[in-house]
Amino acid sequence: MEESWKKLIEDMQNGSLRAMARLITRVENREDGWLDAMKAIYGKGGNARVIGITGPPGAGKSTLVDGLTRKLVDLGFDVGIIAVDPSSPFSGGALLGDRLRMGKATALEGVFVRSMATRGALGGLSQAARDAVKIMDAFGKQIVLIETVGVGQDEVAVVKTADLVLVVCVPGTGDAIQAIKAGVMEIADIFVVNKADLDGADQVVADIQAMLELGAGPSTPDVPVVKTSAVLGSGMDQLAAVMLERLESRQRDSEWLKRQVKEEILVLLEKEIARHLRCGWERNGNLDSVVRQVMSGERDPYSFVKEVVEQFAQSCPEIRT
Amino acid sequence: MNTEKRVRVLVGKPGLDGHDRGAQVIAYGLRDLGFEVVYTGLRQKPEDIARAAVEEDVDVVGLSILSGSHLAMTRKVIEKLAELKAGDIMVLVGGVIPEEDIAKLKEMGVAGVFTAGTSIGEIAEFIRSHVRNQGPGSQSVA
Repeated sequence: MEESWKKLIEDMQNGSLRAMARLITRVENREDGWLDAMKAIYGKGGNARVIGITGPPGAGKSTLVDGLTRKLVDLGFDVGIIAVDPSSPFSGGALLGDRLRMGKATALEGVFVRSMATRGALGGLSQAARDAVKIMDAFGKQIVLIETVGVGQDEVAVVKTADLVLVVCVPGTGDAIQAIKAGVMEIADIFVVNKADLDGADQVVADIQAMLELGAGPSTPDVPVVKTSAVLGSGMDQLAAVMLERLESRQRDSEWLKRQVKEEILVLLEKEIARHLRCGWERNGNLDSVVRQVMSGERDPYSFVKEVVEQFAQSCPEIRT
Repeated sequence: MNTEKRVRVLVGKPGLDGHDRGAQVIAYGLRDLGFEVVYTGLRQKPEDIARAAVEEDVDVVGLSILSGSHLAMTRKVIEKLAELKAGDIMVLVGGVIPEEDIAKLKEMGVAGVFTAGTSIGEIAEFIRSHVRNQGPGSQSVA
């Protein structure tokens, strides 16, 4: 491993926040040597528990993270936060504004907040967030909260990296449950009905419970529904208690752990192979020439992909069937 | 290997100054020019801005100050950054800054001062040409 990586990892282990922050940047940027660095970092952690927090925009996710973090710090945990906001598909820039609503938590000792943009498809947010979790874990964070954008498919992928998923709903948005139904409802380990100080919170709780009952089978795990008001600070004790209890039972579920590790390997492999191919093609111009050929009708995308996959399989005995 | 380096900028408003339209315009403008902008909002303590800059590993801290306290506030932010061994992060100041204070700010270590009327493009250009780590293998930290 290159000296500059080694030094950063060493500094981070000696407690340098700056080194941890820089490691996250360099890994997120996929700088040369990042896989070796992550290999070294991977072995130094393994204790952090990861909680994904998702839900529609405006549900109060950041404020909830603020309140929950303060509660967890009270209980003696060192907390890391990854707050995700979308990148502009046009400029590639991003406005990362989640710290704005986390003012109380960010000022606490032992809390580390990192904002991440979704960026392009090259690395994939789910992987970058997962790497950042590993780095915070190696630093000694005990709980890492990942707050997601609130919409989209990447959402589900991010949340798959978590030990526990909270889905945040709010009253007053009419068909909030409909809006987040597809995909997102199934990933909830705990439902949080936030803004419970507003009218209609009980109705949302009832709706969620009715929906859960509809989908329930004999082996369906029970999914708790917790009411909170992040602004008023109510419900945090109960939410923290339910969360910690669930986390503990997760850790005893070896089937679930096995699935997590499998998913981790597959996602990492998929993203990294795609990134290598894409970076190489963009550099040597092969992609452009194939694009031209497809446009002029000389060839089609399917045969090109088949050819690449066959070449790949030949050079890689592990995937030959 | 290509990397996905993006220049990260923190936009913050230190002190008791309740007007952040200007800061927001800058934040949105820089986003549209491809920067990742961490916006920390109104009435920030200098130590909170410095800590956020370290945690977010930004390349640039942009302070927006309209209250007249630009000298004291900027000095404090720079001191706090140095305390966190992050004195190498570039600091820019914008807002209502009297002509005669620009040199004083630069003496403190401010890289650039942008007063009313500066275009976002100018600021972006300044950042791109001055930022420390343009690509992979950025310098080590203490």
